[in-house]
Amino acid sequence: MKQMKTVMAIAVLLCGGAAAAADKYAQEAAALLKADFKSKGPATLERVTAQDDAQKDCSSPTALPPAKAKALEAAQLKAVKYPSDGKYLGDWKAGERIAQNGRGMQSSDKAGDVNGGNCYACHQVSKEEISFGNIGPSLYQYGRLRGDSEAILKYTWAKLYNAQAFNACSRMPRFGHNGVLTEQQLKDVMALLLDPESPVNK
Amino acid sequence: MRHITKMALCAAGCTAAALALAAGQSDEIAKYRQLLAEGNPAELWEMRGEELWKQKTGPNNVSLEQCDLGKGPGIVKGAYAELPRYFKDTRQVMDLEQRLRYCRMTLQGLTAEQASAQPFSATGKASDIEPMVAYITAESRGIAMNVSISHPEEKRAYEIGKKLFFYRGGSHDFSCASCHSADRMRIRMQDLPNLTVKADAQAAYTSWPAYRVSQGEVRTMQHRLNDCFRQQRFPEPMYASEAITAVTMFLAHNANGGVYQGPTLKR
Repeated sequence: MKQMKTVMAIAVLLCGGAAAAADKYAQEAAALLKADFKSKGPATLERVTAQDDAQKDCSSPTALPPAKAKALEAAQLKAVKYPSDGKYLGDWKAGERIAQNGRGMQSSDKAGDVNGGNCYACHQVSKEEISFGNIGPSLYQYGRLRGDSEAILKYTWAKLYNAQAFNACSRMPRFGHNGVLTEQQLKDVMALLLDPESPVNK
Repeated sequence: MRHITKMALCAAGCTAAALALAAGQSDEIAKYRQLLAEGNPAELWEMRGEELWKQKTGPNNVSLEQCDLGKGPGIVKGAYAELPRYFKDTRQVMDLEQRLRYCRMTLQGLTAEQASAQPFSATGKASDIEPMVAYITAESRGIAMNVSISHPEEKRAYEIGKKLFFYRGGSHDFSCASCHSADRMRIRMQDLPNLTVKADAQAAYTSWPAYRVSQGEVRTMQHRLNDCFRQQRFPEPMYASEAITAVTMFLAHNANGGVYQGPTLKR
């Protein structure tokens, strides 16, 4: 019994030591970010050094424990802002341009320029565009398969606004939450996905 | 001249390949790369780099031939395959470009500013660093990567590099890992290596520097990392900084055992 206690004490010490070292490396990495990177255009140093809770929690090589992931999703969902006028759908043609546009917020872009959504980088969207990535699922036929019920509109909006509201540490940018796309731009992308006239649903 | 014609043909071929369906496009690009590798313009950079390395210059009017890249003064062969590494004289882990800057300062007498001027060539502004890096890296071609993390400072650089690799931040919440920590991912039509697994890390790391057909220049590992950070919506990393060395250490050590191929040729 005594032996076991000693083993456990050593284990606690060792784990504590490893965690302390990991913290030390994290602090040193954060310090290097501050010292060795410089703001350029819209890509500011402050924006990267000031991690929010989701960014902090998702900066590990290992997945979040399920309870922590659920809590993160709930907190992100709570912060979703729905369209102020209650209208979810804009212009799908403008949405297609946003989906194609990969610019915005890079050190090579101008501060204040219109940001793109770059949906095609990761998703198949319309069938006409054959240059698309595979990091996210295909969105072809998105509306046709789901319809346009209030529940679908609300869910899709929230997903675009903050993908981590449903999938903690998702690779997808939080387009609304982080102010990458405006409310009007989000409506336009909504229309691209849900408008029956959009090539996505043809 | 023959090479230029061949390259123009290949470029046309690549456009055609890009128009093909996504399926099988990677095979086409692989064929295109192989075709181009037969006449890699990077050889011109390697030759120019060797000249610069052996040229007496700077206030001290000496060459860089006695520079210690880690295997002893004057040894260039195989040095890059063991970098970054801890150097006793500076008590610091240094990557190739930090060490090159150090040698230009200590041997030739250049200032830090002079020794890091024009790390990447731009229109009308040639770089001395890109050709020298091309020469030094080419001297490790065919040699297996063997980057140590046994010294505590090397281990520290590796662990900090790993933290930076997984660090999420900025307007898009991206980290290096967003694009490079799962298998067979693709952005648009571009395949992304999973830099957390051996085979992909080896293939990716051992292929830099590279002659970029789209830019007509040999580009270094730091240039590649800068472009990654740009697309990651991060601010701009400083040249030959500790942060870049840490990330490079993480990538280089993960590539251990892979045979160094560079400078290669890329789109």
